[in-house]
Amino acid sequence: MSNWVTIRGRRLSFQVPRRTIAVLAALFLVNVIVMIACIGFGSTFISPLAVIRSLLGIGDSSNDMIIFTLRMPRVVIAVMVGSMLAVSGALLQGIVRNPLTSPDVIGISGGASLGTIVFILYFSHVSIRFMPISSIAGAFGAALLIYLFAYRGGITPLRLVLIGIGMATALTAVSYMLILTASFTPTAVAVKAFTFMTGSIYGVSWTKDVLTLLPWLVVLMPVALIYARHLNVQELGDEVAASVGSSVNAKRTMLLFVSVALAGAAVAIGGTINFIGLMAPHIARKLVGPAYGGVIPVSALIGSLVLLLSDLVARVAFIPLDIPAGVFTAAVGAPFFVYLLYRHRHS
Amino acid sequence: MNNLLRTSPQKTAGLVIGIFVLLVCIVSSIVFGVADIKWRTVVDSFTAFNGSQEHLIIRTARAPRAFIAAIAGAALAVAGALMQGITRNPLASPSLFGINAGAAFFIVAASAFFGASGLSAFATLGFIGAAFTALLVYVLGSIGKDGLTPLKVTLAGASMTAFFSSLSLGVLLTGGQTFDQVLYWFVGSVAGRDMATFNSAAPYMGAALLGSFVLARHMNLLALGEDVATGLGQKTVFVKMGAAVVIVLLAGGSVSIAGPIAFVGIIIPHVTRYLVGIDYRWTLPYCAVLGGILLLAADIGSRYIAFPKEVPVGVMTAILGVPFFVYIARQGGRAHE
Repeated sequence: MSNWVTIRGRRLSFQVPRRTIAVLAALFLVNVIVMIACIGFGSTFISPLAVIRSLLGIGDSSNDMIIFTLRMPRVVIAVMVGSMLAVSGALLQGIVRNPLTSPDVIGISGGASLGTIVFILYFSHVSIRFMPISSIAGAFGAALLIYLFAYRGGITPLRLVLIGIGMATALTAVSYMLILTASFTPTAVAVKAFTFMTGSIYGVSWTKDVLTLLPWLVVLMPVALIYARHLNVQELGDEVAASVGSSVNAKRTMLLFVSVALAGAAVAIGGTINFIGLMAPHIARKLVGPAYGGVIPVSALIGSLVLLLSDLVARVAFIPLDIPAGVFTAAVGAPFFVYLLYRHRHS
Repeated sequence: MNNLLRTSPQKTAGLVIGIFVLLVCIVSSIVFGVADIKWRTVVDSFTAFNGSQEHLIIRTARAPRAFIAAIAGAALAVAGALMQGITRNPLASPSLFGINAGAAFFIVAASAFFGASGLSAFATLGFIGAAFTALLVYVLGSIGKDGLTPLKVTLAGASMTAFFSSLSLGVLLTGGQTFDQVLYWFVGSVAGRDMATFNSAAPYMGAALLGSFVLARHMNLLALGEDVATGLGQKTVFVKMGAAVVIVLLAGGSVSIAGPIAFVGIIIPHVTRYLVGIDYRWTLPYCAVLGGILLLAADIGSRYIAFPKEVPVGVMTAILGVPFFVYIARQGGRAHE
């Protein structure tokens, strides 16, 4: 029996290792179980069976309201935001060829959150559908600045990361300043903006958040999957990639575009949730090896799992208080980062 | 060396001018604000206190604020200079190493979970938190064969900052703190402090500043390289330990009275090296004076940038600091050149 499964289509065909399929299936199952658990837990406990009955449309009508208007949107957003951040991080690590980067470490998320805050404060009369555009514009602005500052006859990963970290701090400071100086900001809005900057998916709704984020997810994710193979060849080095016929710069620009847009859109809804973009790709590589065709989807599922669990703890551990999920992703992510530093100590 | 001031008389004159500017900044900090106060009134409030409202504002709000800004700025700048010397890393500073965030977290967590209160407890906790985080980041940044590289230590510091400030936020939100308090423990601010706050940490910080001037001679030797210093008879371990204690007192103390203010420890040592070169006997006093001036000036500016609202001074220093950061990072993370 071959270790590969070959899928042939008319335009696109690819080989997938069996192991990747097994991992994807297992992760998918775990995701579903955790989603059901997330829907069940809360100030009112709903048993898993009752959750499944409600989802199938044969449940108790008193549960339906809690499940469909309060908890479901939040779970769906956790899946969407978590997977987008994870894929963005996986692409970025491949582009920069540095395993210690992620959109939040090098300031792209900071730019996106600045864009979002500008939107919240000054464009509140515009439809919320445009909020991701503002965030993505912020993310691109930040990425461009970081790139320009880091460019000195070329880009080294070291300079990019260092300057990114500095920019992240500065962008956060500018966001604080905007929040505090907007003369019309009542304290409640300021607190909301502040919570947003730590990353929270509190109080999301179908129409406002899920529908706003969905188009970006639907467009960007497949592009990420299709372009993943270009990362494989780029990992070999620019010269090798060019000599085997890959248009390195064009592909890299496209990959960077997708990565930044994914992070920007995710931040628009979920705020700057730290460390998912860093952690998920590493766990994915541990599970399915370094080929990006497998890393991208597995990262997405792991990212969603991490955010689901973080948000569950954030929501349930201190009832009735609702802690931003970003607090818990950081609590898990920082030790993970330490582990990464330790593991890469010889490289 | 390409520094601006070369001879000793020039440097002395520069330092005297610096101290004069520092004093002017302290007085300006007391005078300017939402309620402008006359210079004469400031002097009167200390020489002939009459209990009037203006005198009360000066003695309970404006003066402590000015003193705290001055000493916190001085402490952060000197701590930054010492850290850059010991780690041989031009980006080392209390904020980037996560020391500020760590100290803030220890204070926040201890007051929430163990009921720690009172200013002296805050100062002690600040020291413990600063020591713990400094050690942690140092060890993390030194993992591996190539030792303490700027990249690793910056990444370790950045991740520890994210870690500790997220935890602080969690603790603060579960404790139902006000927005002002949250902000204070996040970006640092010198507003709304009283004289008791200043007194709680100032003695330690003052002692640590003096201690750093004593260390200056030994730091010069250490800067030649560990081997050379050992060869010349220096017990490098003691010098490093002494410097570590000074750094912890300075950073922990400034966090306990002003919160985690960023970038002062990066900006000032670099400006100072440009002015007077790399002799620590000059750079450390210059750092102290210029650090105080920077934080006072940033604080005065923070009152006017969105008048009559105030912006925490930590926000101002973060924005001011980035051009320096970018410049240093573009130099490839090398010091002094």
